[in-house]
Amino acid sequence: MRTNVFALDPLFLDDVGFEEVGIVLLKVVVAFVMLLVSVMLMVWFERKFISDMQNRIGPNVAGPFGILQTFADGIKLFFKEDLIPERSDRFVFKLAPYLSLVPAFLVFVIVPIGGDFGEDGDGTVTWFGHETFLQVADAPVGVLFFLAMSSLAVYGVMLAGWSSGSKYPLLGSVRASAQMVSYEAALGLSLAAVILKTGSLSSHDIALAQTGGIVNWNVLATGIVPFVIFLIAGTAELNRPPFDLVEAEQELVGGFHTEYSSLRFALFFLAEFMNTVTMSAIIVTLFFGGPAGPTYAGPAWLWGMFWFMLKLLVFLGVFVWFRATLPRLRYDQLMDLGWKILIPLSLGWFLFVAALEIGDNRGWSRVVVAIVSGAALALGALLMSAAISASRRQRLDEQAESDSPVGAR
Amino acid sequence: MSEFLRSYLTVGLFGALAVLVVGTFLGLSSLVRPTRPQPQKYINYESGVDPVGTGWSQANIRYYVFALLFVMFDVEAVFIFPWATRLEAYGLFGLVEMFIFIFILLLGLLYAWRKGVLRWI
Repeated sequence: MRTNVFALDPLFLDDVGFEEVGIVLLKVVVAFVMLLVSVMLMVWFERKFISDMQNRIGPNVAGPFGILQTFADGIKLFFKEDLIPERSDRFVFKLAPYLSLVPAFLVFVIVPIGGDFGEDGDGTVTWFGHETFLQVADAPVGVLFFLAMSSLAVYGVMLAGWSSGSKYPLLGSVRASAQMVSYEAALGLSLAAVILKTGSLSSHDIALAQTGGIVNWNVLATGIVPFVIFLIAGTAELNRPPFDLVEAEQELVGGFHTEYSSLRFALFFLAEFMNTVTMSAIIVTLFFGGPAGPTYAGPAWLWGMFWFMLKLLVFLGVFVWFRATLPRLRYDQLMDLGWKILIPLSLGWFLFVAALEIGDNRGWSRVVVAIVSGAALALGALLMSAAISASRRQRLDEQAESDSPVGAR
Repeated sequence: MSEFLRSYLTVGLFGALAVLVVGTFLGLSSLVRPTRPQPQKYINYESGVDPVGTGWSQANIRYYVFALLFVMFDVEAVFIFPWATRLEAYGLFGLVEMFIFIFILLLGLLYAWRKGVLRWI
């Protein structure tokens, strides 16, 4: 009797069998557990790896190599008293951890974590006689979904800081929102080049378009520039060092989660590391072919999963490496980098890639197209910098004028 | 059910599971954790001294201006993405249009730059 109420809506026309529901449930549960376990391992990996870089030992008591340290910390925080400041907005204060953690979970939905992406694979696996993808859901607007979720994460940070009713968290959250919003723009615009190459927003299609060798990976196919912009903007979006002004300890104590304690703090911590894991997974999917790689003996989908995990691990290592080596930026440097360099650069490079692509489809010479569009973009950049230096000169003149009579400032 | 709707239903299911797990964690923790209230515990943190004034102090207007600029570029991305997926449908004409479109938007950025909005003191 399942065709009664929704029968008029064409979206509901197909039948849903027991097996399909089972597969969906299985995928949801497996992905969920995988994400949680990988976040736990990531916390351990980060602490251990950064200890190695700083000539320390790091966690080594709980379990072999201290691998259970995260678990121990989690249990400890679970049994701690939960304090909600008197001056806080209690409802929003309790809501904020959800707003931070749920988008972090949801981003993982669009990541293809395995499947046959070998020479002639199409990324599907057959379970119980049903063809399916090894990703929780293949939303047709996958990339937009990712951008939407990373935008939603701003709400968690912003409301957590605001609702605390305290100064440090408020400053931290305002900083965080301005930073995340600024780099969100660069993040989205650098993705445009990837979408241009694939012609689809679905993460599965993007991974599929990158099969068949390293030259097809988007990192090379779009030129290195969009990847570099994405990596920088992604690090800023994660509020990770060197862009961790949000919780710059010397200035802001803990930033937006200063007033949070016990499990609620642990949830923010979890969200932060989960975002790191999912951001690495997104980078791997969009620029490094996702599960694409050579397949040998054994089931091909398992090889896809292996390649995916390997690439993921590399990027997790890169994020820790950033933290160990790069000093924190100043806030004005951060904003300058985002607005004055990354955004114009990503827009210019996007137009360059688009011109090359259109020229290729018309059979024009690549060199001529590259020279012409490169010259046009260089001219634009030149005009822009000329306008800026002119305005700077004018400003300095005005300043000198207003400063001269008896120190007007 | 169509493939389109099913994928979103899965996303919804995943989100519901996330909310459920977070709620369960918090609920279980509230059962086992101690609660020993003291008035000092509920004072805001302000580097060890008693807080002065309300916590909701004024924030710099610049942050707000950056949010406005962001809206401009995000709307721009909304226009760019559909064009990027249908590149061939508009061909050379579309490319020239896109050059003009992005040029106008960069003029906006340049104006903000000239006005000193991007200068952080």
